[in-house]
Amino acid sequence: MPDLTCPVLTPADDRILLGHGGGGRLMQQLLERVFLPAFASPELDARHDGALLHVGTERLAFTTDGYVVRPLIFPGGSIGDLAVNGTVNDLAMCGAKPLWLSAGFILEEGLDIQTLDQIVASMRDAARAAGVTLVTGDTKVVDRGKGDGVFITTAGIGRVEAPATVGPDAVRPGDSIIVSGDIGRHGVAILSVREGLQFDAPIVSDCGPLWEPVAALLAAGIEVHCLRDLTRGGLASALCEIAAKRQVGIRIDDALVPVDEAVRGACEMLGLDPLYVACEGRFVAFVPAAQEQAALTVLSNVPISSGAVPVGTVLPENPGIVLSRSRIGGHRVVDLFSGEQLPRIC
Amino acid sequence: MCLAVPGKVVAIVPDGDTVLRRATVDFGGVRKDVALAFTPDAQIGDYVLVHVGFALSVIDEAEAGRVFEALRQMGELEELQ
Amino acid sequence: MKYVDEYNDAQAAARLCSAIRSVVKRPWTLMEICGGQTHSILKSGLEDLLPPAITLVHGPGCPVCVTPVGLIDRAVEIARVPGVTFCSFGDMLRVPGSAGSLLDAKAAGADVRIIYSPLDAVALAKANPAQQVVFFAVGFETTAPANAMAVRTAERERVENFAILVAHVRVPPAIEAILSASDCRVNAFLGPGHVCTVMGYEEYEPIAARYHVPIVVTGFEPVDLLEGIYMAVCQLEERRATVENQYTRSVQRSGNRDAQDCVAEVFQVVRRQWRGIGEIADSGLALRAPYRRFDAEERFALGTQSAAEAPECIAGFVLRGVCKPIECPAFRTRCTPERPLGAPMVSSEGACAAYYRYARPDLSSAHAR
Repeated sequence: MPDLTCPVLTPADDRILLGHGGGGRLMQQLLERVFLPAFASPELDARHDGALLHVGTERLAFTTDGYVVRPLIFPGGSIGDLAVNGTVNDLAMCGAKPLWLSAGFILEEGLDIQTLDQIVASMRDAARAAGVTLVTGDTKVVDRGKGDGVFITTAGIGRVEAPATVGPDAVRPGDSIIVSGDIGRHGVAILSVREGLQFDAPIVSDCGPLWEPVAALLAAGIEVHCLRDLTRGGLASALCEIAAKRQVGIRIDDALVPVDEAVRGACEMLGLDPLYVACEGRFVAFVPAAQEQAALTVLSNVPISSGAVPVGTVLPENPGIVLSRSRIGGHRVVDLFSGEQLPRIC
Repeated sequence: MCLAVPGKVVAIVPDGDTVLRRATVDFGGVRKDVALAFTPDAQIGDYVLVHVGFALSVIDEAEAGRVFEALRQMGELEELQ
Repeated sequence: MKYVDEYNDAQAAARLCSAIRSVVKRPWTLMEICGGQTHSILKSGLEDLLPPAITLVHGPGCPVCVTPVGLIDRAVEIARVPGVTFCSFGDMLRVPGSAGSLLDAKAAGADVRIIYSPLDAVALAKANPAQQVVFFAVGFETTAPANAMAVRTAERERVENFAILVAHVRVPPAIEAILSASDCRVNAFLGPGHVCTVMGYEEYEPIAARYHVPIVVTGFEPVDLLEGIYMAVCQLEERRATVENQYTRSVQRSGNRDAQDCVAEVFQVVRRQWRGIGEIADSGLALRAPYRRFDAEERFALGTQSAAEAPECIAGFVLRGVCKPIECPAFRTRCTPERPLGAPMVSSEGACAAYYRYARPDLSSAHAR
């Protein structure tokens, strides 16, 4: 989860910085420098949310994630439902029905059992709502001071139901880009309890499971080219990564990007750009332009995606670049943040 | 530099000492506690410009509309031509 | 959001652009002073809408950019002292000193925190009497009143474990330094709207007169900037050179007296070093004698260090508007946001970072429709 009070960026490349976990350029560099060369495989190279595996005639999706959010409990959720929904959503983004999860807990000595109860209860409820079963797990305890209360690592398995591979490689120029709802709620909800940045905003995290809208799109016969859930780095990062992987251009219209007024007010105050603020129950879908209306109709009938709107298009020009048209008609490049976006006064 | 954001004063905590006077300011639905030390005349319903937790000015509503009135007239002129 | 949305209105912007196009006859170079204005210009793609005769160059409007390397080094040194909680606005965290940034110090274990208001640092000090809480008091005149009030609050509430590292700078001397340089290309300025909300604009009148340069005090939203540009171009075409106020909804000629009085009580004007520009007389603020015990440089015995800029960094030329970031040979090659050579590339307001993120001159203009 983005640690929005702790940005990053420095010439030193011999140590891990918080920014390496930020979902931005530094994290990409870490992947390219350390992990990908060591673990090269066709599945990893696809650079999508989950790995697509074939077992006999079955297609499975397999994903893993770690959850290190602070505070553990925030308006609209906890590290527990983030862990379940985050994994469920990675599978959904592969066009796979989420089935089974594992959860490994690293608990810090001294953690209040009541807090753990609360987190586990929220996981149980989230799993039930998402239709998945927790089938295996592990628990470890570390010395006081060596953990942030709770770290959770999950893995998830799902059955791919999309007829064709869903991923950046399927994106085509002309595709319509749809966002499933308003952005930036989760990041702002986290900030609302973070030390030093208190506000009374009734902004609640958008954390939630995304298989239902994806299943609805597939059932309606929508040709889903690519799906990506918006997490660290927000909408901007998801679009930049897809544009870079597929080497297409993307253009979005700032006026079309849905942002709740209170979220916008919070971002204005802190000098944050909502495009980069984390979400947890939102995704972006790339579908053929001819199916844009049909896709929107399908999504509007599912509660978690009822706010779906088109925000832009895929273009053949300027491969790898995401452009945003501002409200006054000018253009700017939307780039990956180097590390984390920082609150500013300037 | 100087990120200052306009917000509406929705509540004021009065104090004997004007310097300690504080307000709850609403920024499009987000509320923050703001110091009114530099805007002693700010009242509930006023819009203030807030920078690092302090209101620096009360927004003059008449002046705020000035540019749009001028543009509206410009627009009318265009239509006449 | 009220007082934000209407200033981003496409029709208003289009009308102003059309007005600008109808008055401009010759090429002009305009400089906006505030980093926030630079940010807004680049984020809205405003330059796409201006006629080619108008060139915008970006001024030293970001105190982050102009804070000398030595001061960053002092901040890092203090942050590393055990028992210190070092508080700063987010802007400063990434700026490189000669031995790393505050962020590097944090990665190495220093207690460095981002805060929203200087009063939060005082509250932190009050709640943690065993810690020394030091606040990095950076900013132009806009932020000085808040910082002054924080010091007065600490004094009134006897919070003795609070200190500030002062890095305040004043705008008028910087404008003069830019104008008096022989390579100055600026024909008119868009003045800093929030600095002037505090200070007013009387002190810019002698500058406009002496150098015969129009100065239009301008706000930060696209409609403000376009109106400011329109007013400046009108003056230039008519050979006038006065101080005008575009940002009338917030700025008055005399500014905010209460804020000015608070600053004057706590701070005095001194000479200061500017990163990339050098020393400018009367361009900085320092604590007055009755408040000097809150000065972090006095409280912590710091070694004197001579700190050098990376030789390739031409921040000074960029900050004075002599070069655009894209004209720097290191731009985007040896100097990137991940590996910055100088402050303008790092600061969220810095001209170079803004260019790196928003503008790509190599793009096909098929999309600028």
